Amino acid sequence: MGMTMTQKILAAAAGLERVEAGQLIEANLDLVLGNDITSPVAIKEMDKMKVDGVFDKDKIALVPDHFVPNKDIKSAEHCKCVREFAKKNEITNYFEVGEMGIEHALLPEQGLTVAGDVIIGADSHTCTYGALGAFSTGVGSTDMAAGMATGKAWFKVPSAIKFVLTGKKAKWISGKDVILHIIGMIGVDGALYKSMEFVGDGIADLTMDDRFTIANMAIEAGGKNGIFPVDDLAIAYMKEHSKKEYKIYEADEDAVYDAVYTIDLSTLRPTVAFPHLPENTHTIDEIHEMDDINIDQVVIGSCTNGRLDDLRIAADVLKGRHVAKGMRCIVIPATQNIYMQAMEEGLLKTFIEAGAIVSTPTCGPCLGGYMGILAEGERCVSTTNRNFVGRMGHVDSEIYLASPAVAAASAVTGKISCPCELA
Amino acid sequence: MKNAKGIVFKYGDNVDTDVIIPARYLNSSDPAELATHCMEDIDKDFIKNVKKGDIIVADKNFGCGSSREHAPIAIKAAGVSCVIAETFARIFYRNAINIGLPIIECPEASKGIEAGDEVEVNFDTGIITNVTKGTTFKGQAFPEFMQKIIAAEGLVNYINSGK
Repeated sequence: MGMTMTQKILAAAAGLERVEAGQLIEANLDLVLGNDITSPVAIKEMDKMKVDGVFDKDKIALVPDHFVPNKDIKSAEHCKCVREFAKKNEITNYFEVGEMGIEHALLPEQGLTVAGDVIIGADSHTCTYGALGAFSTGVGSTDMAAGMATGKAWFKVPSAIKFVLTGKKAKWISGKDVILHIIGMIGVDGALYKSMEFVGDGIADLTMDDRFTIANMAIEAGGKNGIFPVDDLAIAYMKEHSKKEYKIYEADEDAVYDAVYTIDLSTLRPTVAFPHLPENTHTIDEIHEMDDINIDQVVIGSCTNGRLDDLRIAADVLKGRHVAKGMRCIVIPATQNIYMQAMEEGLLKTFIEAGAIVSTPTCGPCLGGYMGILAEGERCVSTTNRNFVGRMGHVDSEIYLASPAVAAASAVTGKISCPCELA
Repeated sequence: MKNAKGIVFKYGDNVDTDVIIPARYLNSSDPAELATHCMEDIDKDFIKNVKKGDIIVADKNFGCGSSREHAPIAIKAAGVSCVIAETFARIFYRNAINIGLPIIECPEASKGIEAGDEVEVNFDTGIITNVTKGTTFKGQAFPEFMQKIIAAEGLVNYINSGK
C-alpha cells in the first residue's frame, strides 16, 4: 500500500521507511511558529519546563501580527513578552513592526517555508505552507512550547482526501472560489483529522497566491493540512524567495485515499459563504435570485487574501470607480513587501481614489481585534476565512466570505455583487 | 484518573473557538479572566450558572476554528470537569489534552444527554452514565499516556515529572 504526499513527508521526518494512517509518530520539526496571541502562553509554558533555551534559534519564527501595532495596553504587554523572549533567546526570525507582516504571507515570502518541511505553528492557518509542498499544521501554545524546547512534535498520521482539479477557471474566479466551493461541498468537518491533497492538471492554472489561499482554508474544512504537488511554478517561487534546501515528495500511485473528488475549474462561479459558517456557500447566480444583500463594510486582506494577486484584482475592479456612499472599504496588504509593491504599481492610489482606506499589515478585523469592528446588525463582505458568530464584532453582525473580486465589486454597489455586474 | 460528575450544559454542532472565547478578550492570557467570558457569544448565562464539576455536552466538531489554547483554558478555568462531544476539531482536541481538560468522543452520549441532566464519566473505562435518565454510554477510554498527561494537569507537568 502506497503513501500519500503528507505521509511521505512525515515518514522522512520521523526517520521511518513508511508510515500508515492512524500511526502515532514523533517527527523532527523544521520550523516552529507563533504570534502575539499564542506565543505569550507558549512562553509561560516553556518557562515551567526544565529546559535550557530553545532547540534552534534559526528554526523558530515569532510574528506579532494579530493585535499590532499594539491596539491596547494588554496587547502591548503580550508583544513585549514576545519581544523580550526573542531577544533573550536570540531568535533569528523575530519580526518587529516595520518588518512584520501577516505570518502566513510573511514566512513564505521570507523563504522560511519550503517543500518537504515539517512545520507547526500556534495559529490554525499554519496549513498555508502546503501550497509549497510542505507539511504544515496548526497547534496550540503548549505544543508550540514543546516544539520550541525540543524541536519535535508527536502526530497521528492522517489519512487523506484527494481533490483532482481540472480545466481552467473563468475570469474573476480565483483560489478563494475554489476553496469555498470545496468547503461548501464537504462541510466544515468534511476533512476532520485528514490531509487535503490537491492534484490534477488544473493546478497549472492556479497562481502561487491562489494556492496559498486554498491551502490556507484547509482548516475551515477541519483538515489537518492542505498540500499541493511541487511544480515549476512552486520551484521558481522557492528559488526566488529562499536559500533553504527543498525536497520534493510525490504521492505513490497506489496511495490510499478516503475519498476522491474531481472539480472542473471551468464550471466554478463566484462563491460566497453566508453567515455563520464557511460551508454556507452560495454562487453569485443563486444570490442574484435572492433579495439584495446590502452591506456596510468590505475588508480586503488577511492571511487568506492579502497578497499581491488579491490587491491587483481588487484594484482592477475599483479602478475608476468609487465605493458606495456610506460604505467602509478597508484594504490591508499582508506584508511590507506587498505594501511596497502595491505602492509601486499604483494600486494604493487606486484604492484611496476609490474611497477605500489602506492599513499597515495586521490581522486586526479578521478576528474582531480592531481596525474594522462591526456594530449590531451590520454586514461585511470580507476576503478573510471565518464568518462565525461575533467573529468581527457584535454577536448580531454578519460576515460574508468572498474573493477579492466579489469584495471589491460589493464595495462599489453596496450589496453583494460580482464584477461582471459593474457598468 | 478521578471521575467527572456534574450538571450538563448542552450545545449543538460546530461550537467554534470564537464563541468559546471571543478574540476581543485575547489580549489577556490569565485563565481566571478568560473564564469570565467563557461561552459568552453562544450562551451569555453560562458563566453565571456553571458550577465546579459541571459538564459540557455538544454535537459534532466541537472547538472548530482557531488554534487558541485560550479556549480549553477558559472552559477548564470556568470549572468544567469534562467535555463530551460527537466529534472534536483536531487542534482543540490536542490543546485540551495538553492543558489537562478531559474530553471524550461519544456520539451516542451526545444524543442521549439533555441540558440539566446529571452525568458521571469514568475515564478509566470510558463509561458515561446519565444519572438523571439512568442510561449509560461507552465512550473511547483514553490511552494510558493521555490519562497521565491529564492527571498531571497538562503536558508540561507531565514532561517535568520525568514521565
